Amino acid sequence: MPMPAETETTSPKHLRDKYAIVGVGETTYTRGSGMTTRALGTWAVRNAIEDAGLKPSDVDGMLSYQSGDSTFSTFIAGDLGIRLNFYMDVFGGGSSTEALVGMAMGLIEAGMCKTVAIFRAMNGFSQVRIGGTGARAVAPVSGDMLHSRAYGWQSAGQMFSPTFMRHMHDYGTRPEQVAAVKAIHSEHASNNPKALYKHRVSVAEVLASRIICKPLHLLDCCVETDNGTALVVTSADRARDCRHPRALIRGVVGRCSKPRMDMHYQHGPVSTVAGHYAREILWPNAGVGPEDIDVTGSYDAFTFTTMLQLEDYGFCKKGEGGNYVSDGTIRLGGRRPNNTSGGHLCEGYTHGLNMVIENVRQLRHDADDSCPVGSDGKRQHTYDYREGGCRQVRKCELTANLGWANPGTGSAMVMRRD
Amino acid sequence: MGIQATYLGMPLDINDLDVENLAFFKHCAQHDFHLQKCSACGLLRYPPTTACPWCASPKSAWMAVEGRGAVHSYSEVHHAIQPAFKSHSPYLILLVDLDTQKGRPTEQEALRVVGNLATPDGRLAPPEMVRRVGIGTRVRMVFADVTAGLALPQWTIDEGATQPDRPWRYPQE
Repeated sequence: MPMPAETETTSPKHLRDKYAIVGVGETTYTRGSGMTTRALGTWAVRNAIEDAGLKPSDVDGMLSYQSGDSTFSTFIAGDLGIRLNFYMDVFGGGSSTEALVGMAMGLIEAGMCKTVAIFRAMNGFSQVRIGGTGARAVAPVSGDMLHSRAYGWQSAGQMFSPTFMRHMHDYGTRPEQVAAVKAIHSEHASNNPKALYKHRVSVAEVLASRIICKPLHLLDCCVETDNGTALVVTSADRARDCRHPRALIRGVVGRCSKPRMDMHYQHGPVSTVAGHYAREILWPNAGVGPEDIDVTGSYDAFTFTTMLQLEDYGFCKKGEGGNYVSDGTIRLGGRRPNNTSGGHLCEGYTHGLNMVIENVRQLRHDADDSCPVGSDGKRQHTYDYREGGCRQVRKCELTANLGWANPGTGSAMVMRRD
Repeated sequence: MGIQATYLGMPLDINDLDVENLAFFKHCAQHDFHLQKCSACGLLRYPPTTACPWCASPKSAWMAVEGRGAVHSYSEVHHAIQPAFKSHSPYLILLVDLDTQKGRPTEQEALRVVGNLATPDGRLAPPEMVRRVGIGTRVRMVFADVTAGLALPQWTIDEGATQPDRPWRYPQE
């Protein structure tokens, strides 16, 4: 497809379109996997390698991310009989997916390995709950944590809420506007047979659900899930031999941050998030702008995180995020659907990796919905987005993933269809 | 020496190498609020750090700072995660702009000091007090005593200050 003119930048745009995601895979999404993170990771990585049309021995690099709650690359590689030329398991949750894709590109570019599998495996419901309940709630409060956890300021919702609240104060953002994110993602999930929550909920139901910590209702929060998810990254040249159309990587940003990462609230505006900085890397590197994007994957740990990022990456004017997420734009059939799988709010909470998987499938024009499979083995998409129907976006050529660690740190990636 | 103590049923721990936090909380235990003032650029910082966030100088001295300011943002927690807080819900987590150094070194910056809304004697505030506070409320610092060498800074409504007519509160109430 034709691309807009080059933008002047000091960024390494010579890597644009030089790497691709060729394989995606996941386990089922459950609340009660009944297996170890090692078994979940092995299952997901094996699915991603098979999806790429590769053999385990074609993979020679592995990256993963975790927060002391998961297995390591060594066990997954061992279980699948893979001899690695490079591996690294990094600390972190949300925002790691896009960051590790960028690292995989760098590793291959440096000649350290050729094809990299990236995974996240988590029993996010049955073992270490991200919301901070269970073992995390009673852990001792040490050192620097006295400035947060000693105040009952610990879970992600509690930590992010001052940003959400200040956005409502600064711009008049309304509860029903952000609640539309959950309602719309639930519509998308109803067309995703593998989503954990496939039932549609209304804005009124979100607003009627109990308050967890203001401004978050229960249904403004994502669903803690047990799952494994994986991607395979390789060079665009090698990708030609893989099974599916290539999802070419246009540009990537990894864990770009606001100032004062020790406590980002020291630097304002508090209602602005890391995307404000990341967009200055993302769009010049990708050579496209937000207006060119067909599908977004804006991290929905909470309804607010989706809204804040879409705003700060420039999909609408600053302060107009509430309107943008509630006027139909981000719905299937709208101008620019967001999280067409149902995302963290409905499909399952993966720390971001499932949103990249979904966009790869959208770019392949092969969203795994309930549309009939034709004689050529491909789904015959109907583009009828009613419940239980299609979720493939028409003519999807360019996608953007906007990953979130917290208001102060985010990652992003633009991919295009081959 | 490090400090181990229990607060609201939570084990708190500062190890003996963590000299910045030990100094910060030791001043709090004396009901004095002190922050590090950079010996090179003169800016105060919060929370404690091992170098200056603006000029990277490692040298600083502890300076008494007035514990007064206005609520910049907040969360009102109804579903407590930590067992210690369940019997105190709903409780407020406040982000307070200190008057001291507000708008410096850039207009978007302030010493934004965390704390719960508390009674004047440092206990977590009752629901009727929680409902009075929002963005803009003037607050003053009080302390929750934990043990020798450790008290937590907290915030209470500054009844002597001129308050906004209506502090900004979450709209769905």
